[in-house]
Formats: sequence, C-alpha cells, structure tokens
Amino acid sequence: MYDVEQIRKDFPILQHLVNGQPVAYLDTAASAQKPRQVLDKMRQIYETGYANAHRGSYTFAEQITSEFEQARQTVQHFLNADSAREIIFTRNATEAINLVAATWGMQNLKAGDEILVSEAEHHANLVPWQNVCAKTGAKLVVFPIADDGSYVHENFLNHLNERTKLVAVTAMSNVLGTIFPIKKIVAVAHDVGAKVMVDVCQYAVHHQIDVKDWDCDFVAFSGHKTYGPTGIGVLYGKANILQVMPPYQFGGDMIEHVSYQKTTFADIPARFEAGTAASVQAIGMAEGLKYMQTLGLKNITLHEKELTIYATEKLSEVPRLKMVGTAPDKGGVFSFDIEGIHPQDIAFVLNKENVAVRTGHHCAEPLVNRMGYTSLTRASLGLYSNKEDIDALVRALLKAEKFFREI
Amino acid sequence: MSIEELIENFAFFDSWEEKYQYVIDLGRSLEPLAAEYKTDEWKVKGCQSQVWLVPEFKPHSIHFCGDSDAILVKGIIAVVLMIFNDKSPEEIKNVDVAKIFAKLGLEENLTPSRRNGMMSMVEKIKQYASGAE
Repeated sequence: MYDVEQIRKDFPILQHLVNGQPVAYLDTAASAQKPRQVLDKMRQIYETGYANAHRGSYTFAEQITSEFEQARQTVQHFLNADSAREIIFTRNATEAINLVAATWGMQNLKAGDEILVSEAEHHANLVPWQNVCAKTGAKLVVFPIADDGSYVHENFLNHLNERTKLVAVTAMSNVLGTIFPIKKIVAVAHDVGAKVMVDVCQYAVHHQIDVKDWDCDFVAFSGHKTYGPTGIGVLYGKANILQVMPPYQFGGDMIEHVSYQKTTFADIPARFEAGTAASVQAIGMAEGLKYMQTLGLKNITLHEKELTIYATEKLSEVPRLKMVGTAPDKGGVFSFDIEGIHPQDIAFVLNKENVAVRTGHHCAEPLVNRMGYTSLTRASLGLYSNKEDIDALVRALLKAEKFFREI
Repeated sequence: MSIEELIENFAFFDSWEEKYQYVIDLGRSLEPLAAEYKTDEWKVKGCQSQVWLVPEFKPHSIHFCGDSDAILVKGIIAVVLMIFNDKSPEEIKNVDVAKIFAKLGLEENLTPSRRNGMMSMVEKIKQYASGAE
C-alpha cells in the first residue's frame, strides 16, 4: 500500500515549519523536495569517498568513479536504455537540449529543413531550436494543441512532412499537465525520416519511461525534478546517433589523445562530458531515481492520479476559478486564473498562508499567451503530496478571493 | 501624506491583512496613469506583473506616475512613489529605500528575487535621477 504519510517522513523539509506552521509544497513541477536517502548518500560520498571522478587511481578516486558509473547505469535502467553509454550527464535538461541543438542540429540542419515542436513546449525545448534555426536557415514549425490543452494527432500530422528533420515534444506539459502520446508521435515521425527529441522533465517525475518502447532518439530531463539535487541533468541518445555527433564543449577528459598539433576525442559518453563531472550530483540524482523505483513508478502515478481527481473537484469550489488545461489525459498540474485577481496577488496571500505555488509564465510564455493569459497560478503534485496540501491550497485561495473581493 | 506619517500609521496594524489592505487602499488613491503610457516603452522590466513608470522632469525635481495590473503591487508602487516623488535627483540618489521599507515592515517586497519587480522599479527611479543630474 502507498502510505503517503510514511513517505512524507522521508522528506526533512516537509517537517520544517515556517512561522510555526508546516508548508503545503505544491511546486514540484518547478523543483522537487529531496528525500533524506538522497541527502545522506551525497553526504556519505563527501565524507567517505570523494575525489575527482575518472582521474586518480587511489581508493577515493576509484570509489567515486565506480559510484559515478553506477549512477549512469541507474539512469540507464530508469529509462530502459540499451546501454549506459547512451546516458550523458549534463548540468540540467536545458543543457541537454542545447547540446543536441549545437551538435546534431548544427551538423544536420540546413536551409529548407524543418523542426517541428508543439504549442505546449516550455522555453528549454523551444529557444535552443529557434537559435539553431537562425544559424542554419532551418524553419521552426509549431503544431497547435486544442483549446483544452489536448494533443491533436491530426494537427501534428498536418505539420509533419518530408522536410521535417526533427520533432521536439514534451511528454507532459509543465503548464497544462497534458500527456503526449510519444510512441505514436515517434512512429509517424520516423516514417518521414525525422529524429525525435522528447522532453521528459515533467513526465519522468510521475511515470515509468521506456525509451526502447517509445523508440525516440533523444530524451532530456533533470535531476532536481526527480527528487535529486540541482546541477545535474541527463541527455539520452541512441548510441548510433551519439557516436557520429561532434563534441559540444572541449577540455578535461573528453579527449582520446591531445598534442599541440591535433586532438582526437573520446568515445561516448565521455566525449560529451568535458571538464570535471558533477559526480556527487549524478550519484545523488541516481539515488532519487532509486527512491522513486523503490516506491514503484506505477504506485506514484496512481497516487497522484487519485489526488488529481480530488484536487480538480476541490478547486472547482473556488468562485471564478478557471482551470487552464483540462485535457482528459492530464497529470497533476493545475494552472488556473481567478477572474479579476492577478496571479501575483494570489501568490502573495498563498505565501502568507504557507502554500507554495508558482505564478507567472512558467518558462512557457508562448503557451500561456496562446491559452489567453500573460500569467497563471500553478499548483503541482509530487509523490509526497496529500489531501491536506490540496485543502490548504483551497482554503488559502478562498481567503485570497475574499481578501481582494472585499476591498 | 509623508512617509513619516505612513510609518506612524503602520505601527497600529497587528496583522498582515490590515497592513496590506491599507497598502491596497493607497494604490487605489494613486494618481492615475493615462492609458497612453501603458506601453512597452514605459514598462519596468523584471516584474512578474505589468508595472509602468513614467517620469516628469521638473526644473529641480522629478515627478513620477506609476501603475500595475496587480492590486498589491500597485499599493507598493504608491508607497515607493511617496518616498521618491517630487524630490531632487540628488535627494533621490541618497534615499535608503531598504531602510524605510524595513521601518514599514514591508521589506519582503524588496527581495532580490527576479519575480518581484519592486527592486527593478527602485533602480529605474534612481537611473532617471542620475540621468537628470
């Protein structure tokens, strides 16, 4: 049984009081809180086995190198990738996407080619492509979603053609919560010869991923959203594609041989990991993934699904609240507007009431604008969220509504 | 009302609700900003809500008008303008706004967070003042 109260005890920050009160943390879509298993592991490395990974040949160095490479394997299994060589550690998901844009993109794109993205992308899966288009003369094409935030397969097909060289889509929208049918998207994209980059930043927090089943070419996500530390992210790429991609950054251990005349580069994944790796962060990230696996990804999905139904019902009790993103297949992300009250004003009262949510454009400005807003309030769920969090949110929203209504 | 009077008035409030209702009322009575100024040209960057600030340079002082689409922010703008309005560029430069906000108990509105625009607005006011010298 999924005992959320027991699980919450693993998260020290959820026991931490602010102004004498617990905090209802509803901003996991921005960044997740960390279980003590992750914190303990990172501390243990620093206290008993820390050195620069892949450098020295003494005990500490060998210990951390071994842990670092095990972390790579943990990510491999989390994604169900064929090989650990397909896992590249980056600073975050944004860097992972930039890496593909700067290497694969610059190598393979030319004027006349198209990159196809959905209307639901956040800036990380949009701006790098815009930039590579500006440099290569390729064209960025955006396929529309439905007004309720749903994916529309017909819209996708209408914009996909033989000029499409890359499809870059999110598996779950950070604003609307919409789940995208990746397997279906990949299959038709491959039919026209396009590669597919899947942004799983949100999806990975709540769902089992199987890159082999999807058959996608690239996947990007970050450690801090999957209950691990900041400063670490992952790029997955199919080995045969990564192998022919040029390096991204230069220096450190990404080389094979260096002389003043010529340098040859290391094989994957080292070729894409220039400089000292964020080894402890990678190990911490792996610990976060293992934590999720121990609870069971399916159990997490189920718990959050139940809570999503509860939250949707509860939030409908707030006067003048309009939910933005109501696709039938959506995850635990609730973006909304309360007519006549600016989200920043809402957030102020929510903060006073110890409810943590995000407001603004959620790093997805074109999407928020497309839905008819410049700013939205967003509450989002994590594996530790419970009904009390939702109740606290609704109470605080009713208070905000009253506060701004009366004056 | 002077800022000293405002500090005195604030001393009577026990709860954040009372204090911020008062701030909101100040925003309500703010000198209105003509619609023609509510453009990108007069927008203060770095604010989550839309904030407009328009200076009017007088022989020895600067008069500012401001507005926001967020109610609380508009109230805070009223406080900021109460501090800076109709002062000489030299006086504006020397104002320690953080100290005044601390006395008012409004310091939470002047955090360096990118999400909060008040710091950007104060910087903008100071920029106008240095430009006018």
